[in-house]
Amino acid sequence: MQLMNEGTVARVVGWEKGEGECDWTPALFESVQEMDGFVYGDYAGANLSKYCVKMNKAEGKTLVVLKPCDTLSFRQLIHEHRLNRDNFYLIGAGCKGMKDESGLLLKCKTCKGKDFEIFDEIIDDEESKQPTAIMDRMEGVTALENETAQERFDFWRNELSRCIRCNACRNVCPACTCEKCVFDNPASSVASKAPVTDFEENVFHIIRAFHVAGRCTDCGECSRVCPQHIPLHLLNRKFIKDMNELYGEYQAGVGEEERTPMTTYTKTDAEPSIVRERGNA
Amino acid sequence: MQMVNETGWKPKIVAFCCNWCSYAGADLAGSGRLSYPADIKIIRVPCSCRVNPLFILRAFERGADGVILCGCHPGDCHYTSGNYYARRRMTMLFSMLDYLGIERGRTRVEWVSAAEGAKFSATMNDFAKTITELGENRKLGDLRCKK
Repeated sequence: MQLMNEGTVARVVGWEKGEGECDWTPALFESVQEMDGFVYGDYAGANLSKYCVKMNKAEGKTLVVLKPCDTLSFRQLIHEHRLNRDNFYLIGAGCKGMKDESGLLLKCKTCKGKDFEIFDEIIDDEESKQPTAIMDRMEGVTALENETAQERFDFWRNELSRCIRCNACRNVCPACTCEKCVFDNPASSVASKAPVTDFEENVFHIIRAFHVAGRCTDCGECSRVCPQHIPLHLLNRKFIKDMNELYGEYQAGVGEEERTPMTTYTKTDAEPSIVRERGNA
Repeated sequence: MQMVNETGWKPKIVAFCCNWCSYAGADLAGSGRLSYPADIKIIRVPCSCRVNPLFILRAFERGADGVILCGCHPGDCHYTSGNYYARRRMTMLFSMLDYLGIERGRTRVEWVSAAEGAKFSATMNDFAKTITELGENRKLGDLRCKK
């Protein structure tokens, strides 16, 4: 990889060791000397696709190291014209499932597969091709759906009321790349740090998930970075599950550029009353 | 005409109506002297797809007990396809509200054309009845409005 740094690429986006043993943070390396700090291994959980948006306009090529799931986000960003493929040199890095201090990351427990959607070069080994998924991706969503409305309400009130509005979920999300965000508007009613209404956190999280609906690759970064451990992926996956059920199977970031479920329609779509008509109220 | 439950409580209902169909439908209901509940506050929008999910959440946050969106029948959109997008968006939003444990009856989408004054009146009466039965919206909204 360091060979690349000697001409073909101007910089490398990768990981470096953070403050703690299991805390590896994304880093930008701009010279061969700096590359000494580069690490890749069990704790390289962060998805680097989002950092590429900033690098898109930088001079020269940028080398980015992407895990299989990160390539989905990268490809989705190309579809959205946020990234120019020619400005990047992509290394697909084999992944054995990423960890943090408490073991395998949640997003790796529900791993979507080990295929690279987009790459220039792949560095992996046999072990990294083994599946790491140990549970079904929609397990949590289905379990919640089967509860009563009051149980679901209590569950989400308990989870979302812990939100401290640090915006980490928005900032880390590779689908959230608007330069002006609705939540930064002081008149949006959800811009304040301290909630003034008991519904504000719900509004924030519903809209956050809604804005990425259809474009979310389910990379699981939102839940990984949440300092309050709110299971935000359950909101995104609910949208994914609904869209798969109602509008056909779709995975953002796979295949050629096409319209996402929320930016297209068919004349025979289900009516919104389907929500009232289906079971388990 | 007002909807009142046993305790004398009256619902607050917001109706987003498309300028090209249901808003005119409401006019027709008026000129046809068909009554619909006075608790329904109509907000005119240029198309049903103008309604951002945030509008609906905001209405609830500010104390609405029910929100109904009325648009042109699928296929009849003044802008060709707006209501098809609105249909998908609202399906996803309502499903998410349901997922968060909010009563399913509080949100609704109806297609009402400019010629359907009677349907407008009947829809609004039925929706107001549903909301009156559900009672005050305690799961959503601003505490400050609930004093």
